[in-house]
Amino acid sequence: MLLLILFAPIVAAIAILFGAPARRTAIVAATIELIGTGLLLSRFDKGAVGFQFVTAWTINPDWGWRFALGIDGLSLIMLLLTAIVTFAAIWFTAEISRNENAFYSCLLFISAGAIGAFASIDLFFFYAFHELALIPTFLLIGIWGTGNRQTAAWKITIYLAIGSFILLLGLILLYRSLPAASRSFDFAVLQAAASAGQISTSAQQNIYLVLLIGFGILISLFPFHTWAPEAYASAPSPVAMLHAGVLKKFGLYGLLRLAIPLLPAGALYWNKLLIVLLLGNIIYVGLVTIAQKRLDWMLGYSSVMHMGYIFLGIASANIVGIYGAAILMLAHGLSIALLFAITGELRRRTGTLVFEDLGGLAKVMPFAGFVFGLAAFAAIGLPGFANFAGEVLIFFGAFRRGANMLRFETFQVATTLALWGVVISAVYMLRAYRAVFMGRMESKWSGLPDLRNSLRLPITLLIVALLAVGFFPQSFVQIVTPPFRSFFAAK
Amino acid sequence: MIGAPTLEIAVILLGAGLLLLEAFSEKIEKEAIAYAAIAGLIVILLASFFVAPAPVDHPSAFWNFYATDSLAIFFKRFALVTTIFVLIMMIDYAPTVRSLVHGVTSQSGLGEFFALPLFTCAGLMWIASAVDFVMIFVSIELVSVSFYVLVSFTRRNPATLEAGVKYLILSAVATGFLVYGITWIFGVTGETNLDRLSAALTSGHIETAPALFGMVLVLVALGFKIAAVPFQIWVPDVYEGAPTPVTAFLSVGSKAAGFVVLLRILRPFFILPQVQRVLVIVAILTLIYGNLAALPQSNLKRLLAYSSVGHTGYLLIGIVSLSGVATSFYLVAYLVMTLLSFAVLIVVANQTGEKIQDFNGLGKRSPFLAFAMLVAMISLAGVPFTAGFLGKFFVFDAAIQQHQFALAAVGVITVGCGFYYYLKVVRAMYWEEPKDRNAIPISGLSRAAITLLLIANIVLGVYPQPILRALSL
Repeated sequence: MLLLILFAPIVAAIAILFGAPARRTAIVAATIELIGTGLLLSRFDKGAVGFQFVTAWTINPDWGWRFALGIDGLSLIMLLLTAIVTFAAIWFTAEISRNENAFYSCLLFISAGAIGAFASIDLFFFYAFHELALIPTFLLIGIWGTGNRQTAAWKITIYLAIGSFILLLGLILLYRSLPAASRSFDFAVLQAAASAGQISTSAQQNIYLVLLIGFGILISLFPFHTWAPEAYASAPSPVAMLHAGVLKKFGLYGLLRLAIPLLPAGALYWNKLLIVLLLGNIIYVGLVTIAQKRLDWMLGYSSVMHMGYIFLGIASANIVGIYGAAILMLAHGLSIALLFAITGELRRRTGTLVFEDLGGLAKVMPFAGFVFGLAAFAAIGLPGFANFAGEVLIFFGAFRRGANMLRFETFQVATTLALWGVVISAVYMLRAYRAVFMGRMESKWSGLPDLRNSLRLPITLLIVALLAVGFFPQSFVQIVTPPFRSFFAAK
Repeated sequence: MIGAPTLEIAVILLGAGLLLLEAFSEKIEKEAIAYAAIAGLIVILLASFFVAPAPVDHPSAFWNFYATDSLAIFFKRFALVTTIFVLIMMIDYAPTVRSLVHGVTSQSGLGEFFALPLFTCAGLMWIASAVDFVMIFVSIELVSVSFYVLVSFTRRNPATLEAGVKYLILSAVATGFLVYGITWIFGVTGETNLDRLSAALTSGHIETAPALFGMVLVLVALGFKIAAVPFQIWVPDVYEGAPTPVTAFLSVGSKAAGFVVLLRILRPFFILPQVQRVLVIVAILTLIYGNLAALPQSNLKRLLAYSSVGHTGYLLIGIVSLSGVATSFYLVAYLVMTLLSFAVLIVVANQTGEKIQDFNGLGKRSPFLAFAMLVAMISLAGVPFTAGFLGKFFVFDAAIQQHQFALAAVGVITVGCGFYYYLKVVRAMYWEEPKDRNAIPISGLSRAAITLLLIANIVLGVYPQPILRALSL
């Protein structure tokens, strides 16, 4: 099943390169992904600890290196996110004026890279699949982007390439820090070795820092975030949806999958640094977001800012915070994808996203305005949406860390400051909504058509997913629980 | 079972036979010589699989000058494969040679052009087996002399002439250093055989300072061969001026030969820690120089020349970390990605030119060639699922195993530079609009060769096991 989900987009992408009808093939592949992930969800054993649906072929037995796929609750949630956002992104792709086949093919390769990274339980393929998305992103932004596309494409590619190679160093360090007998690329073996205390504390501290920088660049952790807003502003909207919604979660997934369980002492040691950086994400980038004058840049910065909350959940390193991080990863992916989708449609109609030029568009595009409003409320974290569930869990988890009744420790101060982020995001989201959809409309926009009816399908999918997680977070928490419960119980 | 020296003898006989054939039958199409050479080399390549490797301390032939360990046999195959692909490129390049060599007939000179690589190949194969400084010197000279002719082959082209002269003079100077270094080492230890040399060095009765001095002189000569900083000045001009297939041969064959010799002679000398320290500095400088100097290049051949310097840096990381497997795998990856890029370059340059802007819009004109070039470039840059990435992966792993963290850190930063200049080519091919929309014609043989190299790039990036197994025997 995992093989099918992984190879459906790859095979489709190659078929499209060889001349298969682009849009139809891509939608078929995305549907297979979606249905396949749905089946995985229904057949997933919620109680089991360890990886399920494992398929593996040995590459090199000396290194313990296998092409191995398997999922646990965390990967399942990420797969679900990937499948939904891929489907929506491909459905939202409008007519491509030049070289349509290459466009869909690149999109499918990004999706396959994300699925491969989330479903791999082998260190090498976990890393390699993520990189599979790098070159398609470069091409997509460079060829079909808007605005300052060339600069943006160079910036994202070189930033991410350096980030990935730092990450690679970290992973090799991790592999080499184990005694020869228990060296392996297999996540389960690594986990067992780490729980047996085979990684020394000083090694954990050094490796965690390298991994934090490597993953941090991929996640746009402050101060490595400058590639993100520019790239998302220039990228065609399906690419922004996939990249901001799914790919950027790879780094967070990596931290949750590798850094926290394997290097707990390292995480503890660098926590203060991480808190300063994540507050940079929430407060500094948040204020920068308020200052933006264009919708696409504002969304780009907002997606950087929201990474701060997820980092807070990860940094809290207790079970509530980790649940919150997992839920918020899913929620943020869905909501930012929806926002970028609507933004793309706006850009196609108006040709501008500068706030001053827009206004009152809800009169001519009521449906678009309604959907954008829902997505904006979700992004702010209104109760009922998945983002609220995630953020609440994170704040509770972080506040509880090291709490005593006498005074505020680091985490309590950090949580208090981070809460202001909610206010900041309400400010910029609502201001953007007012600037675009409310107020006086210029007469030149009076003829704009509303969203096509066919777009209701992916929009419904995204919103239903957001609401489902928002109202029933418990069912998703149950999925994520087993691997982390055993980890925290062992501590 | 066949004895290993038979392979070199067969290559030499093949080359000599083809030269005689060329001399006595003027009527034949000269391309036939190239096809015959390719066919002969393929037979020899297949025969090499019937050669049984022997441990390195049981030298088998030529007065203990000659080893047939698995490393030797591996690099003999490496030389054969390289030569086969170079010959295929030469067939594509023949029209350019014709237009630049004005002989008596329209085909003058082509025969030698196709036959000379065989002698180079024999030299490379001997280097792979050489375990004695005498043998190392003689086989390096065989390679160098045949390269003198090949580099300046299209002599009506002033750039080629300049390249030929530069290569001749600097290579001769390097040879001088090599001999001088060998005499110092011999003078101190009384040995030229590497095995006995290491015994002599560990015995403790040797003065290390003169031995080190000799070693440094040898490193100068080898640094020239592998294009390591500060002996890389010749590289851009010679690579740009030489006929393109020869450039490919030079950058793969000559470099691989240098690294095989390094792998062999450093084993005894790493007893002296100073050697390793010198090499770490050379590696760092090479990485930085090669990758930074490649950034502003606009001529693809020149860019590949600087990138070849950069790759020397990564290979030196493997050498410094004492990892024969990492270095050898990197060389294989380097072979498939470099030859792929040169193969596409020759086909495209026949129609347009060698500048990066001549590749504008290739994605629209010839999707196949553009895709092959894309794979070559991302492999050189080091994107996963290509051979180039695994090469870097093994090299970095070796560095970390040896706690060479500074090297690994510099390596990571220069990889970032690499992404920029390799993707410049990708940008030209896919972002820009072509001046001319006609497809670029490509012969069946080249198409087959390019397809083969393309597949090798991707397969070795996912499943390196065949190479690793061949190296570990």
